[in-house]
Amino acid sequence: MLVFEKSRPGRGVSALPECDVEVLAVGEKDRRESELHLPEMAEVDLSRHYTELERKSHGVNDGFYPLGSCTMKYNPKINEQAASLEGFTGVHPLQPAETVQGCLKVMKETEDALCEITGMSRFTLQPAAGAHGEFTGLLLIKAYHLANGDTKRKKIIVPDSAHGTNPASAVMAGMEVINVDSTPDGLVDVDKLREVCDGNDEIAGLMLTNPNTAGLFDPNIKEITDIIHSCGGQCYYDGANLNAIMGWARPGDMGFDCVHLNLHKTFSTPHGGGGPGSGPVGCKEHLAKFMPGVRAEEKDGALDFAKAEESLGEMKSFYGNFLVVVRALTYIKMLGREGIPQASKNAVLNANYMMKKLSSKYDIAFNPAVCMHEFVMDIGRQAKETGVTAMDIAKGLLDNHIHPPTMYFPLTVHEALMAEPTETESKETLDQAIEVFLKLNEIAYSDPEQLHNAPVTTPVTRLDEVGAARHPVLKYDFEVSNE
Amino acid sequence: MELKKDALYAKSHEWVAFEGDIAVIGISDFAQSELGDLVFVNLPEEGDEINAGEAFADVESVKAVSDIYAPVSGTVCEVNEELLDAPELINEDAYAAWFIKVEGVSEKSELMSPEDYEAFCESEAE
Repeated sequence: MLVFEKSRPGRGVSALPECDVEVLAVGEKDRRESELHLPEMAEVDLSRHYTELERKSHGVNDGFYPLGSCTMKYNPKINEQAASLEGFTGVHPLQPAETVQGCLKVMKETEDALCEITGMSRFTLQPAAGAHGEFTGLLLIKAYHLANGDTKRKKIIVPDSAHGTNPASAVMAGMEVINVDSTPDGLVDVDKLREVCDGNDEIAGLMLTNPNTAGLFDPNIKEITDIIHSCGGQCYYDGANLNAIMGWARPGDMGFDCVHLNLHKTFSTPHGGGGPGSGPVGCKEHLAKFMPGVRAEEKDGALDFAKAEESLGEMKSFYGNFLVVVRALTYIKMLGREGIPQASKNAVLNANYMMKKLSSKYDIAFNPAVCMHEFVMDIGRQAKETGVTAMDIAKGLLDNHIHPPTMYFPLTVHEALMAEPTETESKETLDQAIEVFLKLNEIAYSDPEQLHNAPVTTPVTRLDEVGAARHPVLKYDFEVSNE
Repeated sequence: MELKKDALYAKSHEWVAFEGDIAVIGISDFAQSELGDLVFVNLPEEGDEINAGEAFADVESVKAVSDIYAPVSGTVCEVNEELLDAPELINEDAYAAWFIKVEGVSEKSELMSPEDYEAFCESEAE
């Protein structure tokens, strides 16, 4: 039941103080014509409403959440403690620098840490999420080419092993996407890439995720970035999968010129409906002068706001989602130089443990000897033999209190289930999940109908996804509902 | 798998049938069944130029968005706008649910006969 349906006129929780200034009527032309429709409820009903919604959902605090490429690791509570300090919550974005030195220090230390982790020389904390970061990075690349008088460079290479949002961000930035197919091993086809780039003065750059969405680290990465640079392009690193390599390998050393990170994935800040996110963008020296927004910089022994000389403007108001940055910095400080690589190591170990155990019954796409932080199961064989699809297995997991892996991605695998356990899960949790996966595979062969009908124990059962996509109802209609 | 006997097929699973000088283009029954329930279709406009081998439309299923490649080059002279509101027509009958008609056909992709296409799909499915 929606909050609007529970609303009763006259009920409310607000007890506003009496107005102590003169009341002015809003001019006729500025008044809204339709009703405002704010829900009116007693506090107890409102509180129960949201508790009920919480019970109906599945978050990292409820159980295992191996949603591939989303890095649903546990978010330590100390992050929340730091972010709720009054010095961070009680400030105004327009306060002068000398009154918010602590906040500036957070910005500075976060930037320094992210530079060290990625091998970049500068970071902006403005972008609000991953795809926003991609868009920012592409605008940096565009600004760089234009400043060089290089107006022809409009083509961006996006290998089909890249992240799903990459082509969309490229089009948003006014670029034309060139797709390059993968090799049968799921890696970038270096020969095809060379063919596309050779002497091509229209290439703006390349977008790549490494490790890619199949959890494979591309060993040819240096050759790939060299090919792009030799035709005058720039290399963009999608940091979605940084959790596999942080503290071990740096995009800067692989030859990338700019990168975005997802603080809400790798650096343990809430996401998946619980956001907001944060997608800082880092770049090397030659792109730094185009950076958006303001950064914290040391000046006369104190920190001050600084803007880049040829800044491309504002990607978001003020300093991005600052309190998310506080959480991420807390995480980085808690782990330190020893903990950051250890987290990656455990993420990779957990993924390999699951992959090996599941490979007895599930086909692993591209059949790698080892994977990085995630792996892709291919349900194609089960689908052919039993009619049970990746979707059915995913729905079956819901009945076992496990959030399904990412489905039907990457597109290069037709019946894909992409699992990323993350480092914060114990061996016991992994073993339980493995048992569930193996049990579902058995059911696929013994009673496929059961999986076609799953889930049956969740607050809502099998949803009509096709109906929802064909006839989406995106807003509550007060007129119809009042009838 | 249904086939349209008087059509030719591209490796990327589009069909093209000629009505005089006009090329009628859609996606094959194999393609629609592989894609699953379609929920959205993006079509070009009348007068648009399309090039053989390049994407001219896209279809979206609950799983993914897929490009549809032009089997011929030419000018779009008619668009099946009915599909925009009812993409399910493609799932119901892929050969009745044509996407576009093209005139001034200048170039063709490598196209297969229905028999060759059937064999091609079988080898793909393995």
